[in-house]
Amino acid sequence: MDTLKDKACIVGVGESAFTRGSGKTELRLMLEASLAAIGDAGLKPHDIDGIVGPPIGSVAEHFAANLGIEDLRFATTVHMGGASPVVSLQAAAMAVASGIATNVLIPLGWNGYSSNPVRGGGARAETGEKPMPEPNPMMNTIGAFYLPYGATVPVQWYAWLATRHKHLYGTPFETMGAIAVNGRANAHLNEKAMMRGRPLTMDDYLAARWVSYPFRLYDCCLETDAACAVVVTSAEQARDLKHPPVYISGVAEGHPYPADDIPARPDPFVIGLSFAAPKAFAMAGVTHKDVDFLEVYDCFTYVVMLQIEAMGFCKRGEIKDFITPELIRLGGELPLNTHGGLLSEAHVWGMNHIVEAARQLRRQCGPRQVKDAEIGLVTGWGDFGDGGLAILRR
Amino acid sequence: MADKMYKLPTPRVGGYSAEFYKFCKDHELRFQRCTGCGAWRHIPRDMCAKCGSFEFEWARSKGRGKVFSWTTAHQPMMAQFAAHIPYSPVIVELDEGVRMVTWLTGVKPEELELAMPVEVVFDDVTPDVSLPKFRRAA
Repeated sequence: MDTLKDKACIVGVGESAFTRGSGKTELRLMLEASLAAIGDAGLKPHDIDGIVGPPIGSVAEHFAANLGIEDLRFATTVHMGGASPVVSLQAAAMAVASGIATNVLIPLGWNGYSSNPVRGGGARAETGEKPMPEPNPMMNTIGAFYLPYGATVPVQWYAWLATRHKHLYGTPFETMGAIAVNGRANAHLNEKAMMRGRPLTMDDYLAARWVSYPFRLYDCCLETDAACAVVVTSAEQARDLKHPPVYISGVAEGHPYPADDIPARPDPFVIGLSFAAPKAFAMAGVTHKDVDFLEVYDCFTYVVMLQIEAMGFCKRGEIKDFITPELIRLGGELPLNTHGGLLSEAHVWGMNHIVEAARQLRRQCGPRQVKDAEIGLVTGWGDFGDGGLAILRR
Repeated sequence: MADKMYKLPTPRVGGYSAEFYKFCKDHELRFQRCTGCGAWRHIPRDMCAKCGSFEFEWARSKGRGKVFSWTTAHQPMMAQFAAHIPYSPVIVELDEGVRMVTWLTGVKPEELELAMPVEVVFDDVTPDVSLPKFRRAA
């Protein structure tokens, strides 16, 4: 279980500008983030010899060709939607620990705002860039069995889980609102956050329009043109680089069963993270009490709540008593989404959660720094509930 | 009733899912049932995940079940659905144990509740396609 424990480190993090309307291709955004991350590590592009490519848009070879990597020793892609970034850390750590590669780049980004079909495709249309088809088993299920009933997007699919949980356990809207309001408060301390300077109160949250019950507007993540990247290397090499290494102490992936259909699950609240969490905690050799902060994939508020339960921070159905504004705020016992998350910083598929966790552990976060942060937890959630968990330490 | 002007997307089918909807056209709700171990399954697949058998029959459901969960869409994510807002994609658990996505007819979104008993009705949306939907049952 401790095969990968502390064998690999995050040594470089970077991002593109976060905008609504980048005017650039998604590959260009990811290359900008990649250069920033490689530079942050104190490395040169040709030092990269492994790439875990993004699940959309471009493949590893695109990056190698642009960055001048002549001997790409390791190239793979994790197809787990928003869980891909965290699970890509696992792939990178495996490659580094086994000696297959030395410095692994993980880029991920998109024109999440301007390439949205409702906006005519934006930069993707202007540049002629086409999204790569995803080899995704969900699409058959959606086309045959969800599409005729108008259930075609994540806010509707995940709402099925949220509605059942909410009605079974009597979770009030205020628990969901606490997560939205907390993310917005943290965004005010983050210069890169899209929602900086736009306050949100619980009253605002409760008064907002419905998107798809039980989700109102502020339960839903942003749409952003943005990319982030991280560089992973071996623990030995990490000690000689620019910043204090951020160790990947525990990492695991998990898939709900079956992964390609939500209604068919024997227990709908057993999600990918339910399988990943015990493995990641065991690998890291830490308990929930040891964790100083959480960066939880927050595409929608209730998805955060389902993940916190699935990781065992509280029992099934008890999230309404567990989550309080005091617990999750900066300075609280368990600060949550210190950068503002997908809800208030930017939607970068949770790669921004990894970047934030690394900066917290390097103690670079200024006004939003978690005091004495030693151990941070990052989750990923994607597709129909795929999950990833990384436990990072300084 | 058949309506040539039906504007909503119809199922994108192939293989087993085409067979599922062929039965719906005849107003029969049928699901795969393993002839090895008797387990019902949906969505349709090649193998029985319980016993490993490739053998199955399309067994007829009694068409009765309960509301398992739902969402109510207030914002159309596809333009075709704009005229139907708000609408509720509901998950129904059939008495045979399988669950499926559907719409209820004659039930307002605010009336939805877990375990509401429902029974299947078929909506002939085009001359070729009949969609299984559900109505409140006693």
